Amino acid sequence: MNKILEKKQLSNEVFRMKVHAPLIAEERKPGQFVIVQLDSDFGERIPLTIADANTAEGTITLIFQTVGKTTHNLADLNPGDAIQNLLGPLGRPTHIEKFGTVVCVGGGIGVAPLHPIAEGMKKAGNKMIIIMGARNKELLIMEDLMGKIADELIICTDDGSYGRKCLVTEPLKEICERVPKPDMAVAIGPPIMMKFCAQTTKPYNVPTVVSLNTIMIDGTGMCGGCRVTVGGKTKFVCVDGPEFDGHQVDFDNMMKRLGAYKNLEDKAHEKCHLEESMVKAKK
Amino acid sequence: MSHKDKEQLAGEANELMSKILSTGKQLSPKERLAIPAQEMPSQDPDKRRGNMSEVALGYTPEQTRLEAMRCLKCKTAPCIEGCPVRIDIPGFVSAAAEGNFQKSIDIIKKNSLLPAVCGRVCPQEVQCQLNCTVGKSLKSVDKAVSIGRIERFVADLERKSDKQETPAIKPQTGKKVAVIGSGPASITVAADVRREGHAVTMFEAFHKPGGVMMYGIPEFRLPKAIVEKEINTLKSMGVEIKTSFVVGRTRKLRDLIDKDGFDAVFIGTGAGLPKFMNIEGENLVGVYSANEFLTRVNLMRAYDRENADTPVAYSRKVVVLGGGNVAMDAARSAVRLGAQDVHLVYRRTEVEMPARIEEVRHAKEEGVIFHILENAKRILGDEKGHVKAMECLRYELGAPDDSGRRRPVEIRGSEFTMEVDTVIVAIGNDSNPLIKQTTPEMVTTKWGNIIVDENGKTSVDRVYAGGDIVLGAATVILAMGQGRTAAASINKLLAS
Repeated sequence: MNKILEKKQLSNEVFRMKVHAPLIAEERKPGQFVIVQLDSDFGERIPLTIADANTAEGTITLIFQTVGKTTHNLADLNPGDAIQNLLGPLGRPTHIEKFGTVVCVGGGIGVAPLHPIAEGMKKAGNKMIIIMGARNKELLIMEDLMGKIADELIICTDDGSYGRKCLVTEPLKEICERVPKPDMAVAIGPPIMMKFCAQTTKPYNVPTVVSLNTIMIDGTGMCGGCRVTVGGKTKFVCVDGPEFDGHQVDFDNMMKRLGAYKNLEDKAHEKCHLEESMVKAKK
Repeated sequence: MSHKDKEQLAGEANELMSKILSTGKQLSPKERLAIPAQEMPSQDPDKRRGNMSEVALGYTPEQTRLEAMRCLKCKTAPCIEGCPVRIDIPGFVSAAAEGNFQKSIDIIKKNSLLPAVCGRVCPQEVQCQLNCTVGKSLKSVDKAVSIGRIERFVADLERKSDKQETPAIKPQTGKKVAVIGSGPASITVAADVRREGHAVTMFEAFHKPGGVMMYGIPEFRLPKAIVEKEINTLKSMGVEIKTSFVVGRTRKLRDLIDKDGFDAVFIGTGAGLPKFMNIEGENLVGVYSANEFLTRVNLMRAYDRENADTPVAYSRKVVVLGGGNVAMDAARSAVRLGAQDVHLVYRRTEVEMPARIEEVRHAKEEGVIFHILENAKRILGDEKGHVKAMECLRYELGAPDDSGRRRPVEIRGSEFTMEVDTVIVAIGNDSNPLIKQTTPEMVTTKWGNIIVDENGKTSVDRVYAGGDIVLGAATVILAMGQGRTAAASINKLLAS
């Protein structure tokens, strides 16, 4: 049982929670994630990235979007409530060193896991270029925090409601064309965004790390549900990842696997909203 | 195959029992051999295809006594030689024959902690029952005394009576032992070490303890209530169980000793990294490892589609690859989830199948279609990336390989296609890399299995290991046997 200490809604669908988890706070490193389960008997286990941690307080920060039943129910919890099961930190930490110039691309909720990595890269002495993208201004999160890290901050929205009206790949391409080109790229966001970021950097030979968020059960290598094809070989996101060479990942296969239960997940999530509106109607 | 129901079997046993008792004489060996081997009452195959309840229903008291009376009490007791934990088998069988079931279970519990589990899932036909003189005399291991079924009956009787006592614990020694994992090896270590008065903390990565007995072996073969009861016994002994705690990540193994003050550590983390075949199409939607499929169904309760949040595919045509117990569990679970056709593809013949004969029989009774001397060549997908078919090859048996089994050789040009929508890969596990990744000084085999000496000790000071992480894929009882050895070594270490 891990007690929720703070909750803040960052946008319509995005929430930030501070959770008491002293051991995870102590061990976690940038790039790692936790598995969350809200009910031991019937709840599903979902991976969520760790956005931040405070060892003095013994807390970790989770930032998540309500995309399904479990995230929906998690968002309904409040400070004082507890998360029944929280396992972590899982996955291999990000490889952080001084590369030179690092360009970080965060799409939507992907900015949350990107933040500790960017912070680590900055501390290691890298020059930081940060590109943040979202569908619209409302969905943009953590601009202030990323602004503090960035030597150069570029914001894009799909609808042009804030920053540049373009996809993140546009400024990414411009940066790759600079002389000298960046030494490293990190892209975290929706799979389709990571796919196109990797495609963008490939002709320029800019090494590109992506962080994959696949379906998982145990998160410790036992089930293999999270497997992806990387460079023609099968890898487990939970123990071999979550970060991989973006130029080697078979994103199309990964996206199909992510959608394996889409119908069932959508139905379950829809039911949450339906029940919610029924409760409201009764009141 | 005609199915005899529970009442019929009980009736036959009662009749025979009163006949034997009415003579009031000691049975001669010849008379013992004449008692028919007692059939295990089981759910009708047609009914059980649609439910998750246990298939084997357990002997009646009369059946138990009759089966036990078949034992010839041979002086050499070859059955004990076949038992990894060396239970006094003639002792407990003879107590059961007298109807003294409490004495019977007391004898078993001197050596085995999990009799209700082992009575169900032990491969007795290759252990104690393989050597049984009765089976030898009747020229069939199937006719050996059903030691496991007797064990199961006396264990269940005690469990249901609520007379199960918490084992006596010696005074606190002030020493602490960490047990990593909560499967059969770890449970054995926790109990044996705790009895000596040492504090024990058990760490489990999943949200429920029990290891493979919870996530892997299905409800219809091993009811979860039995596992929970064993875990509760550990709790009542004062073993602390920490779930959602993965050693190597939540805490480094070294830190357990250096920072947290544990005096010894046992690693019983299991096999846990499913093998795939490295064939085309293996990552299509609809291809599961048996671990994933069974975990979804068992631990996450995906069979309860109304209540469980974890989904499992609505499969129509399933193929399971492999011939072990896990393959049978997966195939039989798929049947229960409502698949129309469930196929099992195995590249050798039924003789070489590692699965228990009983599991194979149950699977066939439930309608699983067996394909021997065949193997997957590649899996074909549709435009959405879902499995739509599997291309297979036919095999024949060649010369024996390292395992002594005849090597399957593919027949060139024998390709054919099966239309399926789900593929479950049940060809075994590699060792889980987590502890090795985070404890570099640990010496392992090239397959990642931890190397231990005859006392269960690893290359790291104060650290012991046992079960599948050492053995590769093995059985509950072998894991318990290794746990026993390691626990004895830990107790010795802590006594000095």
